[in-house]
Amino acid sequence: MTETLSTPAAGELNAEGLLDAYRTMRTIRVFEERVHDEFATGEIPGFVHLYAGEEASATGVCSHLDARDSIASTHRGHGHCIAKGVDPVEMMAEIYGKRTGSCHGKGGSMHIADLSKGMLGANGIVGGGPPLICGTALAAKQQNNGGVGVAFFGDGASNQGTTLESLNLASVWNLPAIFVAENNGYAEATASTWSVAADNIADRAAGFGMPGVIVDGFDFFAVHEAAGEAISRAREGGGPTLIEVKFTRYFGHFEGDQQAYRADEVANARDKLDCLKRFRARVTESGQLESSALDTVDSEVAALIESAVTEAKAAPKPTGVDLETDVYVSY
Amino acid sequence: MARTISYREALNEALRQEMHRDSSVIVMGEDNAGGAGAPGADDAWGGVLGVTKGLYHEFPGRVLDTPISESAFVGAAIGAATRGMRPVAELMFIDFMGVCFDQIFNQAAKFRYMFGGKAVTPVVIRTMYGAGLRAAAQHSQSLYPIFTTVPGLKVVVPSSPYEAKGLLAQAIRDDDPVIFCEHKAMYDAVGEVPEESYTIPFGEANIVREGEDVTIVAFGRMVSVAAQAADELAASGVQADVLDPRTTSPLDTESILESVENTGRLVVVDEATPRCNLATDVAALVAKEAFGALRAPIEMVTAPHTPVPFSDALEDLYIPDAQRVVNATKSVVQWQR
Repeated sequence: MTETLSTPAAGELNAEGLLDAYRTMRTIRVFEERVHDEFATGEIPGFVHLYAGEEASATGVCSHLDARDSIASTHRGHGHCIAKGVDPVEMMAEIYGKRTGSCHGKGGSMHIADLSKGMLGANGIVGGGPPLICGTALAAKQQNNGGVGVAFFGDGASNQGTTLESLNLASVWNLPAIFVAENNGYAEATASTWSVAADNIADRAAGFGMPGVIVDGFDFFAVHEAAGEAISRAREGGGPTLIEVKFTRYFGHFEGDQQAYRADEVANARDKLDCLKRFRARVTESGQLESSALDTVDSEVAALIESAVTEAKAAPKPTGVDLETDVYVSY
Repeated sequence: MARTISYREALNEALRQEMHRDSSVIVMGEDNAGGAGAPGADDAWGGVLGVTKGLYHEFPGRVLDTPISESAFVGAAIGAATRGMRPVAELMFIDFMGVCFDQIFNQAAKFRYMFGGKAVTPVVIRTMYGAGLRAAAQHSQSLYPIFTTVPGLKVVVPSSPYEAKGLLAQAIRDDDPVIFCEHKAMYDAVGEVPEESYTIPFGEANIVREGEDVTIVAFGRMVSVAAQAADELAASGVQADVLDPRTTSPLDTESILESVENTGRLVVVDEATPRCNLATDVAALVAKEAFGALRAPIEMVTAPHTPVPFSDALEDLYIPDAQRVVNATKSVVQWQR
């Protein structure tokens, strides 16, 4: 069964929770826009895929998670990392290929991870994460600790066999797993309306015997509510859920993508749909938060990202002694 | 008299002892119990190989049947390993790596390095390899060289029941991802195996026969073939040093070089196809590191560069046998400039 949730009447979060959610989304946005600017200078090596525009998804889901829980991400993984608690300063250093980075410069943008935070890594393989999350969910089930696993993947990965196999296995084993399909409209340059042979990715849930839910990915509260239901159900032994989050990304597939395949949906999204604008309007209009409190977060986030970039640029690169370390625990 | 059991029983005993020792050890794979959801017995098979037979009832909830869905359950084993479990996944035939290789070589193998040394992924993937059962091209390959090329993986090729038990226990206790390659023609092979639990360290070759005239390095089932050849050669006065490296990654290069320094001659026996296999790897090692000691060209006894054929008439020609090892060894020993 697939259902479309209407925007919930009110979030369950208190003022502190709301402010945390805003801070996370704002941190992701500023981080990504800064990486976009810095990449253009040529100082950042390799491939970078930005999450700007999609912040409500990572934040709405991860705001329900704790140390028992794990997530797997995608090549577009910075937002998931930040939302699961990975240090943005270390992340920025990693993106610059520095020894002080999250992975000591050995991973880069596509492989930022922090296992101690239950973040199993951004992943350079489309569809690489869902099987791993079947495993982390299985571990939580075996350890009987109430933990869940969340696989974030894109519309492109929704067509990979690994994803479909994982949906089946999660149902067969009744795993505490949540599959979050982030449908940003394009797998690289190919439209999901063309590549996904169903009206919605969430429709596929029925074929795997689990609930499928579609949410407005620009609405933090909609994501938060849908994820909350799915995660509660999973924690209580009710099995997996497929959540399709629909939105668009603000930048190209990768930095440098000229995006000739797109129409003008980004300008409209930034202007009328943007998750941060809508969040701010809603919590201030309802009186849950003061504008000044949000402004303070904006300043703090701006300072954090500024210092992250400054530190990253100044940090040392790994050296030859690092080349052959950490391949094995022992060999 | 010491107890004698089969390779299959030795593997089963290692699993049982490790599951008793450590509650984080779980087992999963197609029909590993055998009968999930079916109207009859819920532990009908114990895996198609029978290796996991009996564990399902002894360890409730820790032996998991899976759909035929290798990417999902091999990946699940890897994911569970990152979260405190020690999963042993059974990839029924090594040939099926083709449908789940990404999870093994792009995920498990790379986590530790790619994540800056912060990942520990103690997963074991048990898998059946090798020719000899008329199982044809998609169920008979010796693909361990492919795994051996991948940094981050350890690769084990046990050559006897004793080796199988000790190496599997080590694989389960090891903190790195291990590909454990069991030869399908060896499950009924019997040998002396202690009842108590023991481990055999990785990267330490076993000297199967001692000799001064020639070094024969052999892998997996080829170790017994090489030993048989060595016995025949001994009857004609040629004394061979036969080395079983036990693991292809890590590889005990020190023992191999030490032996060749002593004998001056090398034959490598590898059931894999001849390009970029363990024979070429060991030959290159010796040619580079022990060139001065060599008194004859290196010989390699391998399968031909073909898929594994079905017909017994062809498959028997495909698999290296003791006669080919004897012939290759004699040509090396008799070689003159």
